Amino acid sequence: MSRSNPSPVERRTLFSWHSERLLPYWLLAPAVVVTVVIVFMPMAQAVFTSFYDLILFRPNASKFVGFGNYVKLFNDPVFWTALWNTIIWIGLTVPLQMGLGLVAALLLNREFPWRGLARALIIIPWALPSVVIALMWRWIYDPNTGVLNDILIYLSIVQSAVPWLADPKVAIYAIIATLTWQGFPFFAVMILAGLQGIPRSQYEAASIDGASTWRQFVHITLPGIAPVLATAGLLRVIWVANSMDVIFVMTGGGPGYATHTLPLYAFVKARQNLDFGYGTAIAVTFTILLGAFVVLYLSRTMREVER
Amino acid sequence: MKQSALRRIITTDLPVLLIVLFAMAPFAWMILTSLTPTAVLSATGVSLSPLGWSLDNYVRLIEQTSFLKNMLDSLIIAAGTVVVGLIVSVTAAYAFSRFRFPGRKLLMLQFLLINMFPIVLLILPLFVLMRRFNILDTHFGLILANATVAIPFAVWMLTSYIGAIPKSLDEAAMTDGCSRLSALRKIVLPLTMPGIISTGIYIFITAWNEYLYALTLGGRNVRPVTVAIQTLIGEYQIEWGLLAAGAVVGAMPATILFLLVQRRLIGGLTQGAVKG
Repeated sequence: MSRSNPSPVERRTLFSWHSERLLPYWLLAPAVVVTVVIVFMPMAQAVFTSFYDLILFRPNASKFVGFGNYVKLFNDPVFWTALWNTIIWIGLTVPLQMGLGLVAALLLNREFPWRGLARALIIIPWALPSVVIALMWRWIYDPNTGVLNDILIYLSIVQSAVPWLADPKVAIYAIIATLTWQGFPFFAVMILAGLQGIPRSQYEAASIDGASTWRQFVHITLPGIAPVLATAGLLRVIWVANSMDVIFVMTGGGPGYATHTLPLYAFVKARQNLDFGYGTAIAVTFTILLGAFVVLYLSRTMREVER
Repeated sequence: MKQSALRRIITTDLPVLLIVLFAMAPFAWMILTSLTPTAVLSATGVSLSPLGWSLDNYVRLIEQTSFLKNMLDSLIIAAGTVVVGLIVSVTAAYAFSRFRFPGRKLLMLQFLLINMFPIVLLILPLFVLMRRFNILDTHFGLILANATVAIPFAVWMLTSYIGAIPKSLDEAAMTDGCSRLSALRKIVLPLTMPGIISTGIYIFITAWNEYLYALTLGGRNVRPVTVAIQTLIGEYQIEWGLLAAGAVVGAMPATILFLLVQRRLIGGLTQGAVKG
């Protein structure tokens, strides 16, 4: 703070009626300035770059192409593959995480001696770096020496080793399984907090009225945690949509384009081909699509929850 | 009585145990892998009995790679992000929770929106900007990059923490002659300390675990552990034992911190979501 130790007289003038009104803006200034510089300026730059044909190692050859990159995108079959993969990716991962998280939360909400320990241990996947998670699962999925194939062959569930990450049909589901594992603790913790907010008296009243466990779940538990599910679900959709680091380390988007999602495609384009113009155009498109989804989701769920 | 205990074990303890095993098994497998010497690993696979274990991979990790230096890089970046993130966010959060001023809603919304921006949208222009200002591949550059995530998060967390402290306390201090800023320093900060610490720890963990910024904006001179772990693949042929040792060591700081503070951290994180 630049104005430390003002004299009493000075202080009175500094915090006169006028400055008291300005004070919140001063207090906000550092955070706002920093975020403008490191978030909003780069973002504006991204939108700007997406209208240019910019290859990073030939900066002088960059030229304005208007919506050229977006037109190219529209005609790019890989874009549509990546978009479809993104939809599958979000559409399967988030419900799976939520389902598993719900089961875990319901169990953790019961009384048993080692509840605190169990709760702490379940969260471990959430604390691990995503690179570690990705490498760990690559090791587990390894077609020759991976433990998953060993177990499945031992149990005679499969006859021969499955190349989990090398088979274009299987790879994306293998990664979805990994991300489900990584993300379910978040839901478990959120839902658990929601469950603990439901008054016990409601269940007591219901069981006096003879409601079955299932009916109690449907009519008390689910409505009770609906707001948490809505919030946590949205946060996860955004997070899962954006999280490409696990895919990047596990398959790099391959085999072929089988595990490309939109953010990954943008990243790979820019990183490997140094094609920043096209890469940012993909990133901007993805952001707009995600933003549209969020707005749609918010307007729908808000109505649902309020009802 | 006995029957109800048995019932509880079957309906609760066992299923919980299954989920805990599911959550822990992959990382446990990684630890076992890291303890198995490479020769054994390629001959007979991961050693399940303690007799076959050795610290061989860890010794090689420390002696033959720059892993300790990478840990230091990660530490500097994560700690720097905590400092930058907290300093600019505390005053902002105080302003949001104590003042009603024109533009408040809009500014709060701004910080919420930043949380949603895809990292890929920022990473490319940040690369171009940082290259222009010559801060690519420096600690400072990566601290700034991580701050894009840390600041909006910290502003929101701290606003709810400070909001939970009764306004009357700092008003009382001000009638006793404190200025706004000294009321913030003497009354609000000490009371918010637990919240500030959990927010700081969360920022630390996130920055420590961050990978894409580290890969793109750093990587040569400044190479955080998350990037270093992956290069263990490239520098040698895939040596799973060494890689596993790197993964275990690299994941340790964040995991231990997380386990230490998980109760309070989760309390803080879920508060907001459950309320609204």
